[in-house]
Amino acid sequence: MAAQTLLLKGVTKIFNKGTQDEKRALDGIDLAVAEGDFITIIGSNGAGKSTLLNVIAGTYAPDEGQIAVGNQDVTKSPDYSMAHHIARVFQNPTMGTAGGMSIEENLCLAELRGKRRGLSWGVTRARRRRYREVLKVLDLGLEDRLKQAVSLLSGGQRQSLTLLMATLSLPKLLLLDEHTAALDPRTAEKVSHLTNTIVSQNKLTTLMVTHNMNQALCHGNRMIMLHQGRIQMDVQAEEKQKLTVSELIDKFGETLKDETLLSCEPAGAP
Amino acid sequence: MVILSVLPITLQQGLAYALVALGIALTFRVLAFPDLTVDGSFPLGGAVAARLIVEGVDPSLAVAAAVLAGFLAGCLTGVLNTRLKINSLLAGILMMTILYSVNLRIMGRANIQLLFRPTIFTFMENMEVVRYVPVIIFFFIVTVIAKALTDVFLHTEYGMALRATGDNETMIRALGVNTDNATVFGLGMSNALVALSGALVAQDQGFSDVGMGIGMIVAGLASIIIGEAMIKPRTVFRLTLAAVIGSIIYRFIISMGLRLGLAPTDLKMATGFMVILALGIPALKGAREGKIHLRGV
Repeated sequence: MAAQTLLLKGVTKIFNKGTQDEKRALDGIDLAVAEGDFITIIGSNGAGKSTLLNVIAGTYAPDEGQIAVGNQDVTKSPDYSMAHHIARVFQNPTMGTAGGMSIEENLCLAELRGKRRGLSWGVTRARRRRYREVLKVLDLGLEDRLKQAVSLLSGGQRQSLTLLMATLSLPKLLLLDEHTAALDPRTAEKVSHLTNTIVSQNKLTTLMVTHNMNQALCHGNRMIMLHQGRIQMDVQAEEKQKLTVSELIDKFGETLKDETLLSCEPAGAP
Repeated sequence: MVILSVLPITLQQGLAYALVALGIALTFRVLAFPDLTVDGSFPLGGAVAARLIVEGVDPSLAVAAAVLAGFLAGCLTGVLNTRLKINSLLAGILMMTILYSVNLRIMGRANIQLLFRPTIFTFMENMEVVRYVPVIIFFFIVTVIAKALTDVFLHTEYGMALRATGDNETMIRALGVNTDNATVFGLGMSNALVALSGALVAQDQGFSDVGMGIGMIVAGLASIIIGEAMIKPRTVFRLTLAAVIGSIIYRFIISMGLRLGLAPTDLKMATGFMVILALGIPALKGAREGKIHLRGV
């Protein structure tokens, strides 16, 4: 078994503790993520998918339990200090980039993720040259628009750029939070494809939250399903390969009362 | 003719107060933090410089001390906001109010005369030209240097993190920047510029007064609005240029107004109306987003 990248032990997150609206968003999650794992996470609205990513990334501190990255306990680390290990792509394309800054500046901000930022010049000539090269991978013509503001890009272009930014300096762990959900189907397909390429090329350990069963089945080597803050299902490797959407619905149609999930055509995994 | 006659005073004041506009651009526009400390940190700069000069300290050292004091005042506003979670506007107002007392303490009274003291302008007064010529050149050099340094800083690795803090805080935190520290530092820088302006203006006009900061934010905002109407702030260079040019044009409008009969007492009211008009007209016209998009306002 490969080395462990991420370990969660009994992680619990309670919102509005002690009020009438108290909600256990995460309820004793145990999860071990091996190096190189590409795990898809599904679940209906409010199952705790995004909360799980936010707790891992340090945006929320868990109420109970421990989180470790590598051999390091990071339970109490705030989000900005987790950046050393973790890169994120958010659902909203505007959230992963600074719109008022140029493409090259965004890339530079991302290249320095988790590193010390000093008073040396940011976008140096050498960096610009590298950015021009890496942007060619996207095939969106962005390599000729380095100085343009990111706000001029479309949602799909912004999301592709964010993905690329996440890999400029390789993270131990990549967190994707429904990062194709806000895109139109064709763009979503493209970004989804790009995700596969980038993750497999760099052998990135990845957690991908998705609303789409097909996507959850096609991507990655492991799938977990969350329900009411708990892991309800955890399928790996071959077992996951064989699983189809209709089987999933048969099995969990009851708990997955979610239109997005059920409306997904049961095409099965390719 | 009138235009020509107000030119010296326009350039002199426009360039001197351009440092304030630069500082305000840094907080309002770059950090998206509506910092009101300025009304207190401007006289703070004047107070520190004046007191030290009276105590016999070298004028340039006095200016350096004033800059440092402004930096600390800005940092404190940042700490109130980021650590104590006090609303940004209130944090600035609190600091501005506290600084009023601090400034009185520093000066020991409401104002200090500097007319017969050595200041950084003293050597210019001994020149064979009208005083305003070297003074304008001096303020021009200081402002150009401050603008250039600000531009360079905002393109460094840390400066870019500062800009990202104002642009997209979620993103830059996820990239490992402690945005609280960035905000504190940015506010410090801004108020250091403002205090520098206060220290220089006090020596130029020959006195420091505890009330000399009143309306400084509104005047600075008016400058930025005017500047951005002429120069679209698409880049950092243009943003800071807009602040400097806007400051000069604002002072020109004010000088013209005074020359044409505007009562000095009505000056701040007129400035206030200018800002209200600039921000309000787009809204009244029914535009959903104002034409002059002023972040932080």
